[in-house]
Order: sequence, then C-alpha cells, then structure tokens
Amino acid sequence: MAEIIKPAIHISNLSFQYNENSGVYFNDFNLTIFEGERFGLFGPNGAGKSTLMSLMTGLIKPQTGSVDLFNQHITNKQSRTLFGYVPQDFSLYEELSPIENLTFFGAWAGLSKKEIQVRIHELLEILGLMDVKNKAVKTFSGGMKRRVNLAIGVIHKPKILFLDEPTVGVDIQTRHAIIEYLKQLNEAGMTLVYTSHQLTEAEDLCNRIALMDHGKILTCGEIATLLQTHNEENLESLFLHLTGKEYRN
Amino acid sequence: MFKLWTTIRKDTLLLLRDKVGLLLMFVMPILLVLVITTIQNSTFELVNENKIPLLVCNKDTAQTSTEFIDALNQIGMFKMELVSSDLSANSLNTLMHDKDALIAIIIPTTFSSSIQQKTTQVTTNALQQFGLNDSTKVHKTPLEKSESLLFFYNPVLQQSFLQSINGALTSAIQIIEGKKLVQQLYVTLNEKPMPQNLQMEILQKNISIEEIAAAKDGSKTIPNATQHNVPAWTIFAMFFIVISLGGSIVQEKRSGSFVRLKTLPTNYLVALFSKQITYLAVTLSQVVVIFSLGIWIFPFIGLPALNMPSDLLGLFIVSVLCGGAAISYAICIGTFAQTQEQANGFGAVSIVILAAVSGILVPSFAMPQSFAVVMKMSPLYWCLESYYGLFLERGNFWDVLETTLPLVGFIIIIQGITIIGLKKKNLI
Repeated sequence: MAEIIKPAIHISNLSFQYNENSGVYFNDFNLTIFEGERFGLFGPNGAGKSTLMSLMTGLIKPQTGSVDLFNQHITNKQSRTLFGYVPQDFSLYEELSPIENLTFFGAWAGLSKKEIQVRIHELLEILGLMDVKNKAVKTFSGGMKRRVNLAIGVIHKPKILFLDEPTVGVDIQTRHAIIEYLKQLNEAGMTLVYTSHQLTEAEDLCNRIALMDHGKILTCGEIATLLQTHNEENLESLFLHLTGKEYRN
Repeated sequence: MFKLWTTIRKDTLLLLRDKVGLLLMFVMPILLVLVITTIQNSTFELVNENKIPLLVCNKDTAQTSTEFIDALNQIGMFKMELVSSDLSANSLNTLMHDKDALIAIIIPTTFSSSIQQKTTQVTTNALQQFGLNDSTKVHKTPLEKSESLLFFYNPVLQQSFLQSINGALTSAIQIIEGKKLVQQLYVTLNEKPMPQNLQMEILQKNISIEEIAAAKDGSKTIPNATQHNVPAWTIFAMFFIVISLGGSIVQEKRSGSFVRLKTLPTNYLVALFSKQITYLAVTLSQVVVIFSLGIWIFPFIGLPALNMPSDLLGLFIVSVLCGGAAISYAICIGTFAQTQEQANGFGAVSIVILAAVSGILVPSFAMPQSFAVVMKMSPLYWCLESYYGLFLERGNFWDVLETTLPLVGFIIIIQGITIIGLKKKNLI
C-alpha cells in the first residue's frame, strides 16, 4: 500500500501587500509543501521569498487566505511548536554563550529544563561547539555564529524548519557541515523550507524547488524535471531564463 | 514559570555583561549624590558654621559706629576686616576682588549722629507722652534724612544668602538704636549715666529661639544636605534606567533575536514581565547602594550621615513603587521608540525635565505658582514627596500613603498605554 504524503504547509488563496502604495505583492497565492520534503524557494531580490517566509512563520498576517502547518492555522499558538526558524540575521544574544542562548530559546520553545539539557549536549556535539560552549557568541567567527543560529532553530526538534540563507558568509567546510546536518534532520523526518542565492547548494540539498518573482511562482517541481521541461543545463541558466538578466534592487 | 525564570536569568546576564550600562546605573548616581551633597553641605556650613569674610570701611569717627561694629561681631556671622576709612566706593570694590571678599560695608560719616538724632527725638517725644517733659522744649524739627550704610556684595551670591546678611546688618543697627535709646531715656530721667549692669540687663534677650524640625515621629533629627539629597538623587538614578532599559527594549526589537522570539509559542509579555522584575531588582539595588553610601561612607568624608526612617517596611514599599514607576516609564519609552537614539535622547531629556519640575533640581517651594499643576504631573514629584515624608518628616507608610497613590495610578496608566502600544505594533 502506497504511503500517503501529508501536506506540511498549505497556503491557499493568500493575498498580501505591505501598504496601499506598494501594489499587490501576493494575490491569490497557493502552495503546498509536503511532509519530509526539502523544498527550496528561489528568486531574485524583491521576488517575495522573505515575505513568503514571514507569512509562513506567522511573523506577518495575510490580508486574505490562510497558511496552515499540519492542518493547524498559523495564527493558532500551538502551530508555533511545529516549526523552527533560522533567519538570515544572527537571531541570538551575542553577549551570551551558546549554552545560555540555547537554554533561553529552548524554554521559550516550550521545552523543560531536562529536555533542554539533553538537546544542548546533542547539538553542541553535532555542530562542533562543545569547546566554546561557555564563551560569548560575540567572540565567534561568522561560521560558528551560523552554527549556533541553526542550533537554536532546531533545539525543540520542530517538524518543519524554515531556513533563510543559512550558509551565507561561511567557509566551504562550515557550509558542507551545515548542509550535511540539514540532510540528517530531513532523513529523521523534518521538513525543510530553504531560501538561498546559492543555486549549486540548492541542487545538492533540495528535492523540489519553486522559482518565484514579483510574488508569483514562475515554476515549481523537482529540479531534474524542471531542467528537462525548460531545456536548461543547470539551475542558474533556468533562473536567468525565467527571471531575466536585468539588475534587481 | 520556567520560561519566566530563564528570561530573568537571560536579562540579568545581559545586564551584568553591559559594563557601560552598569556604570551609568550605579557609578553615575553615586558620583551625583556625592558631588551635590558635598556642594550643598559646604553652602550650608558657609551660612551656618563658617564666618563670612566682611570688609568694613568705617568713615564715622564717633563712638556709635564702633559699638555697631562690636554688635556685628557679637552676631557671630562675620569674620570682619577693618580697611582704611579713606577708601572710596570704587576702591572698596577693587579691594573686594583683591581679597576675594564676598561682602563689604561702608559706614557713613553721619552714622553716629543720625542714631543720636533719632534717639534724642524719640526720647523727647516719649517723655512728653508720659507728661514728664515740657512741651515747649520738644524738639520740633523733623528727622534729617540720614546717609545710608552702603552694602557691597559679589553678584554671584544668591538672593536668599543676601537676605540673611541684610537681616544681620539690620539687626545690628536695631541693637545699637535700642541701646542708645535706653541710655538716652535713663540719662534724661536720672541725669546720670546708666550703670553698665542695668544696661546689660535691659538689652539682654530673655527669649531664645530653638529650631525644631516638625518630625512626625517626634524625633529631633535635624534635616541636612544628606537627608535632602540622598533620597532625591536616588529617585533620579532610578528613573535614569530609562537609558539602559528603554534602550535594551529597542535593541531587542530591532535585533534578529526578536524575530525569532515572535515565532516561538511564548507571549512577549513574558519578556516584558522579566524585564520589570530584573530592573526592579536593579532599582532596589541602587537604593541599597546609595543609602548605604549615605549611612556609612558620608561620615568618613565629612558629610552628615543619612538617618534612616523608623518605618523600614514603609521605605521598602515606597522604594518598590518608585522603582515600579521608573520601570513602567522606561518600558513605555522603549515600546514606542523606533531607534535607540530616540529612546536614549527622549528618555534622558524627559527625565531631566521631570526632575526639574518635581523639585529634585530646584526645591518645589521655590517654584512659581504656575508650575504647581505641572509639578504634580511628574511621577518624580510623588516619589520625592513620599521619600521626604519618611526621611524628613519622619513619618511612617500610612503618613505617605496619600503621596504613593498617584504613583500607583501612574504605573497603571503607563502600563496600560504600553500594552495598547504593543497590541498596535502586533507584538503581543
């Protein structure tokens, strides 16, 4: 009997604009991301990737339509236990150590003291932060900060993980380690929603992508299928083909 | 509860690692209390304990002017230096600057004769009223306009200080006039000089003045610069946490960590509640540190020690309310400010203005009547009134209950405005 794949994220008839002068950004927008997927959102600057990420995480509210995570409406407080968010900016307290940051964010994610202790030990070990666990994050390199940023996002073992350019500004080794760790999380059942400008990284990590521009999805599907359909050799040429070569602000 | 506890721990750690913030919250107020109290105490001592240097230029050669100088000496307020009687007003002015003297007087040449003329006339009139004098012998000529005693002062002196010096000079003149009048009456009636002991007996004061501070607990603690300044500047320090707390809220709102907090299943009110508890602990620590300084350190540096109120529980409750008002104000500023510059700039300036109108920078009794309403709108005024009720009037909490109620009202209103602001900004 074939396994039924459940939708992890279901966006239906969503409309959103920042203000009246900004023009319609998202209009009757629909998207479904399934459980266990490694889904990539790509597009040039101003395409609406970050806005869509904010809508999916409940940071901003749509004017119409809905966002559901595992059939729970995003405005429902309980839905917030379902996902983790790793923003592009370092979303942590730089004066605190990794342990102190993880303890605080773990508590806010609803974990008990004991659960936090267990998770901290696991994450510091996996992400190679054990030696610096008590040092202030402000003394860390960019790559180390990225790893702490990621650890905070997954401390409560969310079912969905939203990642906004999680590897920006890190060296090859750190990027490789982060991508490998994300694959491990996905194999363990976590759904990943990922945005980046690193298209080669996307080819390595994502099994399905959406290319978007001006608040609309231009194309969506498995990478190999998309390349074949559009007769392109790689993601970069497909990207330029669909979004154009003009500068974006 | 665990969420609140870890948030308090996080806020405390952030606070302890912000050395500049700690410096602002503790070292600055301590310096402020020390400097202001020392300055006010030396002014107090200058007026009450030290003698004021006074240059005296006596142009009168008669005896009465010498007696006037003796009378001035007996008042005990001045350290007098007699200068040449030939000096002009301009020369005396120059001499004042050369000698760093704050005040000088010129006794006019007609000083003794003027007093003599007045006493003779008053004596004659009095005897006539008693029917002891022949009316035909009454000196009918009106009193000549006498030459003024010139009083020079350094323009830096405050008006209240000048008034007390003026009062001392007037008092000395009245002593001499009284003495001369009694002598004249005695001579006229008895046709012989008045015995020295009788003169002393007549002129000696029988009623002395005892200064008593109207304390509610009946204690005789004398208010001093420390009693005034330590509570006042502690309140200022408490409200000055607007820089640290308001700034920290803005910083958190603008940082990436806030974005993550908003995605977590915990209400932001937990963060605000944690900040209130953490910073209440800070304000109470400020109270403990600054009051301890007043009690134990001030006597070592020659300042009067702080006398604690008898109602320590009342003091604790008032301190909690003052801290609560300060924290509510800071959180409100932090909620509405868009940038740290806005929070720091508006916060600092508004606290200085509120302190100025509340009686911390300028005594409330010295403020114009038109400021009475403005003054009562400042939470710092009610904090100060509550502390003064305990420290200066030596009352207990029930005595200052009336002045703490506006603080409770202020806390409720400001917290309400903050919650409305947070809701409007979609933060809770």
